[in-house]
Amino acid sequence: MPSTIKVEIKRQSTPDAPSTTETFAIPYRPGMNITSLLGEIALNPVDVSGKPTTPITYDSNCLEEICGSCAMLINGKATMACSALVDKLTGPNKDQTITLAPLSKFPVVRDLAVDRSVLFENLKKVKAWVPIDGSYDLGPGPRQAPQIQEQRYPLSNCISCTICMEVCPQFNDVTNFVGAATIAQAKLFNMDPSGSVLKEERLRALAGDGGIQECGFAQNCVQACPKQLPLTEAISDMGRDVFIQQVKDLFAR
Amino acid sequence: MAATPRIIVVGGGLAGLAAVIKIAEAGGKVDLFSIVPVKRSHSVCAQGGINAAKDLKGEGDSVLKHFDDTVYGGDFLANQTPVKNMTAQGPAIIDLLDRMGVPFNRTPEGLLDFRRFGGTLYQRTAFAGATTGQQLLYALDEQVRRYEAEGKVTKYEGWEFLSAVLGSKGEARGICAMDLRTMDTRTFPADAVIICTGGNGAIFGKSTNSVVCTGSAQSALYQQGAFYANGEFIQVHPTAIPGEDKLRLMSESARGEGGRVWVPKDKNDKRTARSIPETDRWYFLEEWYPKYGNLVPRDVATRAIFKVVYEHGMGIDGQPMVYLDLTHLPAERLNKLEGILEIYEKFVGDDPREVPMKIFPGMHYTMGGLWVDFDQRTNIPGVYAAGEADYSIHGANRLGANSLLSCIYGGFVAGPHALAYAKALPPQEGDGGHAAELARQKKFNNQLLNNPGTENPFKLWRELGETMTKHATIIRYNAGLDEADAKIVELLERYENVNLSDKSQWANTSFAFTRQLYNMLQLGRVIVQGARLRDESRGAHYKPDFPERNDEKFLKTTKASFKDNAPAFEFEEVDISHITPRPRRYDATA
Repeated sequence: MPSTIKVEIKRQSTPDAPSTTETFAIPYRPGMNITSLLGEIALNPVDVSGKPTTPITYDSNCLEEICGSCAMLINGKATMACSALVDKLTGPNKDQTITLAPLSKFPVVRDLAVDRSVLFENLKKVKAWVPIDGSYDLGPGPRQAPQIQEQRYPLSNCISCTICMEVCPQFNDVTNFVGAATIAQAKLFNMDPSGSVLKEERLRALAGDGGIQECGFAQNCVQACPKQLPLTEAISDMGRDVFIQQVKDLFAR
Repeated sequence: MAATPRIIVVGGGLAGLAAVIKIAEAGGKVDLFSIVPVKRSHSVCAQGGINAAKDLKGEGDSVLKHFDDTVYGGDFLANQTPVKNMTAQGPAIIDLLDRMGVPFNRTPEGLLDFRRFGGTLYQRTAFAGATTGQQLLYALDEQVRRYEAEGKVTKYEGWEFLSAVLGSKGEARGICAMDLRTMDTRTFPADAVIICTGGNGAIFGKSTNSVVCTGSAQSALYQQGAFYANGEFIQVHPTAIPGEDKLRLMSESARGEGGRVWVPKDKNDKRTARSIPETDRWYFLEEWYPKYGNLVPRDVATRAIFKVVYEHGMGIDGQPMVYLDLTHLPAERLNKLEGILEIYEKFVGDDPREVPMKIFPGMHYTMGGLWVDFDQRTNIPGVYAAGEADYSIHGANRLGANSLLSCIYGGFVAGPHALAYAKALPPQEGDGGHAAELARQKKFNNQLLNNPGTENPFKLWRELGETMTKHATIIRYNAGLDEADAKIVELLERYENVNLSDKSQWANTSFAFTRQLYNMLQLGRVIVQGARLRDESRGAHYKPDFPERNDEKFLKTTKASFKDNAPAFEFEEVDISHITPRPRRYDATA
């Protein structure tokens, strides 16, 4: 069992500052995850050479992989820090240095914290909601076969961590691709009996520049998603629906 | 009358979003403040479900039975009128969530499915797998995003509430908040403010709560003159997964679907759990509580586990752990629990479908909170509170799956009342107190940033958490509570000497944390002193030296106010206008 864990962290004090790397040696305890490791640094913000430094800035909240906050690059892989266990990251001899870096496709705020508000803006564009008449008592919603619920529920598990966007080769400034998460949410609401009233608007929002046709079928998203969303299936279903909508719109002109 | 009433809602969990929806729907303008993007609020962590007596299982359930279960489960400390109103609105709230597109589990006929939860004999809990809180929060988040897109709601995500701005008559005229990125501190005008900032698990160091659940906003308001009620009532959830950084919840739905709690009958039994035959297992909850079995209320189950481990010395391998066993459940039942089984598997490494889980109680829920009247008003004019941040509904112990309902109910009441108040509010005198409050908060900031001390705030926090967990959770003794209060006083003194290793003014998370820590310390004293004064046992508050409930002396709401830098206490009669208090016994067989 190792007595200390070595961790190398890419740091950046402001969005415009150059990045630097700091190395820490953290006392090992069984069952440690990356967020507890970052907590240890806050308790004793001193790097491996004994030089005082500042606690690491990173996003976190629930620490049980349901709020979607703590996505970062751990050993180069986009991962949720709370569910990343140290024992699985230090190699076969438990002696390898763990590296931490911010997600690379989003603007750095500070250290490991990045600005992912683009996803929430995208959700507005595809109207990812059911346009209910009002919040007053209008009785139960429409009956729904369990099979529909079983298809919708996995899509509704998206935690907005943006890992699917980080790992997508098409998600970049050139394509302006919305990314898999937004497409999956559009499918979720198109499948809802009442949400489907906005189906055509959602499909049109996913047509054109940055829309669904930017997907290059790399399938990285579905492999990286911490919640195992059926992302490629959603993209392919929505791709078909967008195409049909475009044809309909063409003839309706 | 204000021209266009502006309401500030602080906190974007279920209660806050519910309030926002009601105000935006009625035509009001809302500014919504949240430390994290609202979709990442702590409500996502709720797992098992939401209660409403829809009686879709032919059991003869009713709203009145839900009302009675809640009041009885809370050991008669809750004011009954709001509980009655909440349970009456339960079915309509479930219908609304259904219409919003929440993927609730369904019966073959396409109706909502219901499961049984603790403290009731009825299947009253609607659920979406084992991630109900997440699904509910998302549904409300989506509705608020729709209002945001329509320009009716402005979100301030990444802003932390520091204090209320109070006018010449002590009425709310806005809030002071800090941008957690630029560290800019400024005030925002409002005609009414709704506080929906959740619980205070961080005061206990490790809990099932999220990082943002510090109780800081509630404490700041208490220090500004708001009553904080029933602070001593803290729910310790019977089944949590002990962890290095936090205690992760293992939902009551695991028992609702048939999970059983046991330990080996022989404390030296070295066999693996599954190879221990039925006859060599002690299902202590089923033995002690034959009627409710594994689904006794949380305070009862927690004390039972504590007793088995510490009095009988029967913890697994001598450790403070017992088995929560799902391995006998059929696949279709396990499927309904997938979300929580994944959590266990990811964090512990064992598959709970194959190996019984090892669990232990952990701090979970804050029954106490800001004092509010039946319209969710605090005693500061124009300040409302809803959700876990207020003290209403749950009394001395919350029943499982009542929290999501109480959050939405509280938000739905607070929103319209705040709007009506704001419409009738006379104009402020002078600047409404904005300049003075801003100066007070900036002074605090400057003191912290320029303090030449030596104390690490995270170390002070760890010591606070240790003392709170030791003295103010499952078992409480007056001597221990006195010790805890003395310890917090010591920590407050050491806080004066706190040193920030990071003095920068950009996304400085330790600076924000250190501000929260001060408020945690002040609220910690409310909890331990409230517990010290209550010489009885009621719900989650248990004193071995005073093992019985004492209605004559303590059927009362504890109200703390901040006087001379310390809590001062008074007691208020509880509304028992509907159900006469009776002994709370879950061990009866009849």
